[in-house]
Amino acid sequence: MRAELYADGAVRRLDGPLLFLERTVDAGLNTAVTVVGRDHIERLGRVAAVDESRIVVEVLESTAGLGLADTRVRLEGRPLSFGVGPGLLGRVFDSVGRPLDGGPPVAAREWRRVDGGVVNPATRALPRDFIETGVTTVDLLNSLIRGQKLPVFSGGGLPHDRLVTEIAMRARVRGDEAGRFAVVFVGIGVSHDTAQAFRRALTESGAASRTAMFLNRADDPAAQRLLTPRYALTAAEYLAFGEGRDVLVVLTDMTNYCEALREVSASHGEVPSRKGYPGYMYSDLASIYERAGRLRDRPGTLTQLPVLTMPADDIGHPIPDLTGYITEGQIVLDRELDRRGIFPPVKVLPSLSRLMPAGTGRGYTDPDHPALANQLFAAYARAVRMRVLAAVTGAEGLGAADRRFLEFGDLFETTVVAQSGPRTLEQSMAAGWEALARLPREELTRLSRAQVEAHLGARAGVHHA
Amino acid sequence: MSRATIVSAAGPVVRARMHGAFHVLEALAVGERGLLGEVVQLDGDLLVAQVYEDTTGLAPGMPVVGRGGPLSIRLGPGLLGRLYDGLLRPLEAEASAAWRFEAGVARGDPVCAGAVYGRVDGEPCLVPPGIGGEVIDVVPDGPQPRDRVLARVRDARGAEHGLRACHAWPVRTPRPVAERLPPEGPLITGQRVLDTLFPVARGGRAALPGGFGTGKTILQESIAKWCDADVIVYVGCGERGNEMAEVLDEFPTLEDPRTGRPLMERAIVIANTSNMPVAAREASIYTAVTVAEYFRDLGRHVALMADSTSRWAEALREVSGRLGELPGEAGYPAYLSTRLAGFYERAARVRTLGGAEGSLTIVGAVSPPAGDFSEPVTLHTRRYVRSFWALDPNRARARFYPAIDPLGSYSEDVGALAAWWQAHGDSEWERHRERLLALLERQARLERMARIVGRDALPAEQQLALLLADVAAEALLRQSAFSPVDRYCSPARQAAMLRLVIRLLDAAERAVAAGTEVRTIAGSAVLQHVRRLADEHGEDDVAGIEALAAEIETAWPSAPTGTDAATATPRLATAPTGATGHAR
Repeated sequence: MRAELYADGAVRRLDGPLLFLERTVDAGLNTAVTVVGRDHIERLGRVAAVDESRIVVEVLESTAGLGLADTRVRLEGRPLSFGVGPGLLGRVFDSVGRPLDGGPPVAAREWRRVDGGVVNPATRALPRDFIETGVTTVDLLNSLIRGQKLPVFSGGGLPHDRLVTEIAMRARVRGDEAGRFAVVFVGIGVSHDTAQAFRRALTESGAASRTAMFLNRADDPAAQRLLTPRYALTAAEYLAFGEGRDVLVVLTDMTNYCEALREVSASHGEVPSRKGYPGYMYSDLASIYERAGRLRDRPGTLTQLPVLTMPADDIGHPIPDLTGYITEGQIVLDRELDRRGIFPPVKVLPSLSRLMPAGTGRGYTDPDHPALANQLFAAYARAVRMRVLAAVTGAEGLGAADRRFLEFGDLFETTVVAQSGPRTLEQSMAAGWEALARLPREELTRLSRAQVEAHLGARAGVHHA
Repeated sequence: MSRATIVSAAGPVVRARMHGAFHVLEALAVGERGLLGEVVQLDGDLLVAQVYEDTTGLAPGMPVVGRGGPLSIRLGPGLLGRLYDGLLRPLEAEASAAWRFEAGVARGDPVCAGAVYGRVDGEPCLVPPGIGGEVIDVVPDGPQPRDRVLARVRDARGAEHGLRACHAWPVRTPRPVAERLPPEGPLITGQRVLDTLFPVARGGRAALPGGFGTGKTILQESIAKWCDADVIVYVGCGERGNEMAEVLDEFPTLEDPRTGRPLMERAIVIANTSNMPVAAREASIYTAVTVAEYFRDLGRHVALMADSTSRWAEALREVSGRLGELPGEAGYPAYLSTRLAGFYERAARVRTLGGAEGSLTIVGAVSPPAGDFSEPVTLHTRRYVRSFWALDPNRARARFYPAIDPLGSYSEDVGALAAWWQAHGDSEWERHRERLLALLERQARLERMARIVGRDALPAEQQLALLLADVAAEALLRQSAFSPVDRYCSPARQAAMLRLVIRLLDAAERAVAAGTEVRTIAGSAVLQHVRRLADEHGEDDVAGIEALAAEIETAWPSAPTGTDAATATPRLATAPTGATGHAR
């Protein structure tokens, strides 16, 4: 199926990343292309448009050093593809799947299109079962379900890298399937030191052997940044649906991806939409995030944990906004909690896992898990409301019950949100019940009377130090 | 069949040189794989087409073939219970090749458009709009191949028409009806906050706007599951693949509360997920509304759930941009408003061509960027819908679902529907509903005041209002989509709950006027019971709700008339719970 064709000396114009070829050979849209200049460096590209007289090639790497007469273009006769096979785990790759760790290339068992195919929704299975991350605000309150896409909305300077690295190191699936768990860690536009830090952390924790890393560095060309998640997800799809593993894909930082998308779009002369991002950014992000999921007819799951830094901490900015409409919830990090030294600084109220009902509760975690999470949300929401009231009138202006909620708010942040080490789900739930025990029983309307009785019966409402 | 040859291709837009006549909006087979497309512009000997599928591999020189007519779908028996793409192509394996025919007319009978001339596998076969006359031939009852002509009709001018079980209909053309009827009864959604406060009529139009995470999809799925329509058309337009999986996973296992049959048997799911080609997303909304109209024409009550119309508008914008059209507000094409109007206007209660009564109710989700309701899609949608169900992020954050904001939502059909409710469970429905809304409005005002002076400083009567507003919200407005007891609420149970809550308001107000402390009321057992009303009294225990009324009447000492409420000591121990805060 690989019919290679060469076009020598057909380049008529070079304009930014676009290369205009005279149409001496036949090529369809999206065909992969290798462009070789007189420097003998191979550059990846793809056919972006064709008409009767010319072919427009988008070069996905730097075009510095390319000329018109001495540039050779090889048409690969197929869309951009990545050769995947056993031996992906434990390896480190660059933006487009070339080994960075000095090892040999992975022996390709099959070539998969990096764009992925569109999954027929009828073949999808509903995500079920959860992944334990060791983080209470995720496991207990916004559970990560296998096959879900759950982004972390962060801001510049917040410890999202530490959070996702710890999750990548510790995350596990419970029960018999634990051995099938794998991680694909994707750094998008990260600095060299951050890339080093990721590699070191994963190697030292011993998690490197179940991890494949893809690193696109901040100084790599923008067009390549658009390919990094696609190569990584192609590998992840092979691991999940080819080898039947439960794969967690960590993508950090998707904001760098979107900036690259804006840059490339501008270089194509496209009409910009909101804040200069292209109008198709929603569809483009969907083509990445929608690759998470489960299939009906085969084992394996692909779960995504993308990180994005909200420009100016604005959740209404197009990047988090469009992401939020595609993903199944979000974990929001908060600068104020971070300043107070609370790690992980998860802002609980705007965080959400919309697949949580599909993978928690009876048969999956603990029967009382959903109600406990629900009650913690309701109580904390009230605590935050009381803080606003107390800001003006002081705590004295509140009734006794409201004051108890005010205290609960602080306790919740320091004992449930904050954690010094990983917690199992059981430990997280215990912390939750402990905090609720401070509240008057009759206010706990999200719990059934039986649940209140069983978990809070004796000491309900009693103040203790 | 006209032919053309591709001269250029970029993304979903293809230009081709014509070797015959093509027409605007004619359906096309593009390239060697015969990708489905549509003519959008004609210019000299060139046509411009949008392609509904992945264009990878298209190259100049490849053929384009005209299909001779506009983009159409095949409507007929066997549609229900299945999943389709945005162009109504089944996403699962096709059913059997033959079906069993049962004639409903005989040779010589007159038939008109919209009449049922027979059944296959028990489902009616419709005489398509535009055809009518005398039956000159009918095939015998028994198994017949799917595409066989089942009857022949000669019209008044002597032309003969063959009738098949299925007929084609262009998706962008509304199907004709005999008469549009005014709204009469409600579409019962089974969701208290909607049916009781902001009802939608059968044949009405509702919009459900909300930022991400406010629970649009869950609420729309709940309506799809429990509303009292005969047929549900659910179109996932540019939404998540996992949501479609959820619908396919859940619907077959759930029972229709009215018929006891699996919900999937009355549902059609049209999926154009966010990663499917954007041009097909534009078409999927029309496909869905055309299918819905077809069932309406069979005399059924149909509800169309469109999730989300914003993705559809964005698809319009994206395609418009690629065609180089002049952009209007926020980059949307200038015809956005016209298109939205055209879509929502296809909802109606009608007398069908066949003489039956049918209705099509549209519920469209809107996903405004950054949750801002002043953006073009929300603004224009608001002009064309009669029920507006605004979702509130603050409620969603406290996991208070459905997160409908009672102060930002409205229904213009209340007047038309009051008579129905008064005949079905609550003779004072309109007054009770207004009382509840007034209380919620008052709560928002009092909370603003409490923020400045402190709750404790409010007079007892105002503290009571805050308490009761919270209890009413907990008891009536909150409804968990995941609770087997409460996910559906019948009109009878809704009416009982509303009556009980109003009774509670009256009794508590009388008691406070008589000098009972608000703290006593807040701590009373009956109030705690009412807070959990929905979870503790399911559909089979409406009597239990009625029984609570007696308990309420005797819970607190009542006022001899004339007692001055203001003299009651405003000492308050317990304040409302829950998340009904209005941060305005």
